[in-house]
Amino acid sequence: MTILAPDSKLLFKGADWDFDLIRRVHDACGEIAINEMGLDPYPNQIEVITTEQMLDAYASTGMPLFYRHWSFGKEFARNESLYRKGYQGLAYEIVINSNPCLVYIMEENSAMMQTLVIAHAGYGHSHFFKNNYVFKQWTDADGILDYLEFARGLISKFEERYGHEEVERVLDAAHALQSHGIHRFPRKRMPDLRSEQRREEERRLHGEQLFNDLWRTVPVGKRKTGKDDDARRKALLGLPEENLLYFLEKTAPRLAPWQREILRMVRMINQYFYPQRQTKVMNEGCATYVHHRVMNRLHEKGQIDDGAFLEFLHSHTSVVLQPDFDDRRYSGINPYALGFAMCCDIERICTKPTDEDREWMPDIAGNGDAYGTLRSIWANFRDESFVSQYLSPQCIRSFGLFNVHDDEVAEDMNVSAIHDERGYRKIRRGLSKHYDIAFRDPDIQIVDVDLAGDRKLILSHRVLDGMTLEEADTDKVLQHVADLWGYDVKLVEADDAGTVRAEHSASPRRPFM
Amino acid sequence: MNIIDRRLNPGGKSFANRQRFLRRARAQVRKAVREASSSRSIKDAGKGGEVSIPAGGVHEPHLHRSGQGGVRDYVLPGNKKYVQGDSIARPPQGGGKGSKAGDSGEGEDEFRFALSDEEYLDLYLEDLELPDLAKRQVSGAKSVQWRQAGYSVSGPPSRISVPRTLRHSMSRRIALKRPKKEEISALREQIEKLEREGGQFDELVKLRKELEQVILRSKRIPYIDPVDVRYRRLESNPKPIAKAVMFCLMDVSGSMNEHMKDLAKRFYSLLYLFLNRRYEYVDLVFIRHTHEASEVDEQTFFYSRETGGTVVSTALFKMSEIIRDRYPIDQWNIYAAQASDGDNTSSDNAVVLGQLRDVILPICQYYAYVEVGMDDEDDHPGAGEPSTNLWRAYRRVSIDAPFAMRKVKHRRDIYPVFRELFARRPEGVAADGA
Repeated sequence: MTILAPDSKLLFKGADWDFDLIRRVHDACGEIAINEMGLDPYPNQIEVITTEQMLDAYASTGMPLFYRHWSFGKEFARNESLYRKGYQGLAYEIVINSNPCLVYIMEENSAMMQTLVIAHAGYGHSHFFKNNYVFKQWTDADGILDYLEFARGLISKFEERYGHEEVERVLDAAHALQSHGIHRFPRKRMPDLRSEQRREEERRLHGEQLFNDLWRTVPVGKRKTGKDDDARRKALLGLPEENLLYFLEKTAPRLAPWQREILRMVRMINQYFYPQRQTKVMNEGCATYVHHRVMNRLHEKGQIDDGAFLEFLHSHTSVVLQPDFDDRRYSGINPYALGFAMCCDIERICTKPTDEDREWMPDIAGNGDAYGTLRSIWANFRDESFVSQYLSPQCIRSFGLFNVHDDEVAEDMNVSAIHDERGYRKIRRGLSKHYDIAFRDPDIQIVDVDLAGDRKLILSHRVLDGMTLEEADTDKVLQHVADLWGYDVKLVEADDAGTVRAEHSASPRRPFM
Repeated sequence: MNIIDRRLNPGGKSFANRQRFLRRARAQVRKAVREASSSRSIKDAGKGGEVSIPAGGVHEPHLHRSGQGGVRDYVLPGNKKYVQGDSIARPPQGGGKGSKAGDSGEGEDEFRFALSDEEYLDLYLEDLELPDLAKRQVSGAKSVQWRQAGYSVSGPPSRISVPRTLRHSMSRRIALKRPKKEEISALREQIEKLEREGGQFDELVKLRKELEQVILRSKRIPYIDPVDVRYRRLESNPKPIAKAVMFCLMDVSGSMNEHMKDLAKRFYSLLYLFLNRRYEYVDLVFIRHTHEASEVDEQTFFYSRETGGTVVSTALFKMSEIIRDRYPIDQWNIYAAQASDGDNTSSDNAVVLGQLRDVILPICQYYAYVEVGMDDEDDHPGAGEPSTNLWRAYRRVSIDAPFAMRKVKHRRDIYPVFRELFARRPEGVAADGA
């Protein structure tokens, strides 16, 4: 590394870095992110890793440790193959929502990239993880690493005791259902045993106080049957239930305790990832906005030189590139691009609003406090609400967004809205719906069990807009459900009018015991 | 903030996952490997590389909506020319229209990934073995088996037996009456108590002296003495190994054209790969012949050219000669693989058959004959296979003999035929063949 002149304000010169430099950079970024922007991130733990370790991390959904399963091996093989052939670059960093926040940086990164990565992950993502309400509500940043460690130990213990193959079968089944193994609403806490005992005591006392032998002699009507029994059975089983894994774990009659344990573990881990799916755009937008601000400020303060700044711009622009829909590279809307554009747009609305902005977002237009506004938005929204609230006409125009309506009965698709006065609201609503997880994931619930007959488990899919499930996959997943349940399973796809669109059923082939 | 350098952490964290994946996809990967082999050059036969397997076998199903049907809305970026109300023709089915298709990431039919050389060869040569490896011999320095056998008083530190050592130490300490820690501390306490209380001066002096003695004694008698130390002893057992020699006999006469030579060489390179990898104690002897036979090294065998007439018996005589000289039949398992186009001088056929039946087969564990032919010869299957001199002669070898013959006409047949010849047989069958 070039020796810097003692009076130089530059953090580094050239591409080489060492640990001392990382520390300096981290502090300089913190100066801007915390003192100027008012962010409140977790403390950081920066870990330097190699390419191969990065590929390893990819294979286990970015986590530093994970239980063992063939699907992670497949993921690794795929990524490695793509990477070696040069089809796919590797991420510059991986960040993990834990306390302290783990930031993995690659050793191949240049000094500028390390700066960018620290600003992006160590301050941007970390602030988001710590403050966004979805993360606060759903994840336990303090406990996740311990839990993963526990999960890994658990699986290898079971593998030792029951054999690889048996454990793999349960994991396969659990993985197939993991998208429907999530509690979407915070649940009532189960009362603990001690308070349960106290409540029982209170009930008894209350009963004693009210005791009157006369009640015994009051004639009662005929005991109700039929419909009420149905309701009672469903209530006892906790039906309907949309968390399929939870239901099977608690209720499937023939599972062994260790198999339930595995279902539970997969469910817990998946619940941890639930917020990430809801906040992709915001999370990346926040991190990208933060790194952009930090790098600009570093440059303004003379802490990075022009060369590094140009290198930064090059990499930044490729991150926030949004290919057009007819471009070969197009694969959906780039969350980095949309998130960053919206954050910048909010900054603009706060500081230099136009009349249009005043009309569309009167609550924030011209309030002058861009950082404060962004902080509160980052804390209180998720993708769906963020888009529906803050996607401005300006932003829609710059992306050239348009809405295509595709009805299978019509011969052609139809452009139903474009980026003009009449289309803004429709586009905003459409995009917001696209990020709405409740709409995106098919609504599948367990509705009934035939307890009196052959114990058939009945699931229903509420078909929206005529979109049925993909048949081959659904049959395979249903087979897993049948194996777990131990008896026949039926899935009925019906729309709101009650028309049945499709039916799938499966019988257990090799039930778990 | 902490910075941790993880670069030196052991890599290969997903090795276990990879093994699980390969085990899962074993059948498909094996098939892919075998199919890939027919299109490879001779040199690359044993190298790892890309294979692709049908995605179905390693597909992970999940519940999701199908990509078609129903009423959908897509929000797309980059509008250039559309205005509200325009119609767009639906893209052909299966195309990745809209963001939904992009999200799911499914839809590929093939799953491609790279296998390492090891993994490739393991699958490639799976379930192959030399049949009837019967004669086992105690010989050679390499074939020792180490076995745990009691304890010894000397050895490397890594083999110290801690329980044994401590047991010795304890019995020595008891025998020599080494003072215990508790005794010493009891004495100390007593002295302290006396000191605190004062008086009884004589008693105190006596106790102090005693303590001194005791401490001295515990110093003289160490807790663990070198004489206590025991090592887990290993005993070497010479292990009988099966020594085997494989004779590769190849016809290089003028009648063999390039195609046939290529086939023969492919066959031998497979054989070579297989033996080198699976058997540590297999000698390979390369013999090539025209109207006369010579023993050559592998370089010459595979890469140099020669031409001439064809007298097959010369190779067989050469083989018996080498066996007589170097491979005593009571110590060696003898195998032979012969490749030829089947052409032979007609007067030689009887000699070949006699030599094979009376001399070579009785001492051989297994003799494989591969006849290489032209690609187009099977155009008229109805006319009956035109059999060659050698094929007709070899047909008269009795079926009880450990002898197998196959025809190969095309590159893609090599590997299947090779597998057939050297497939692992169930125990009982192998014994019958001997």
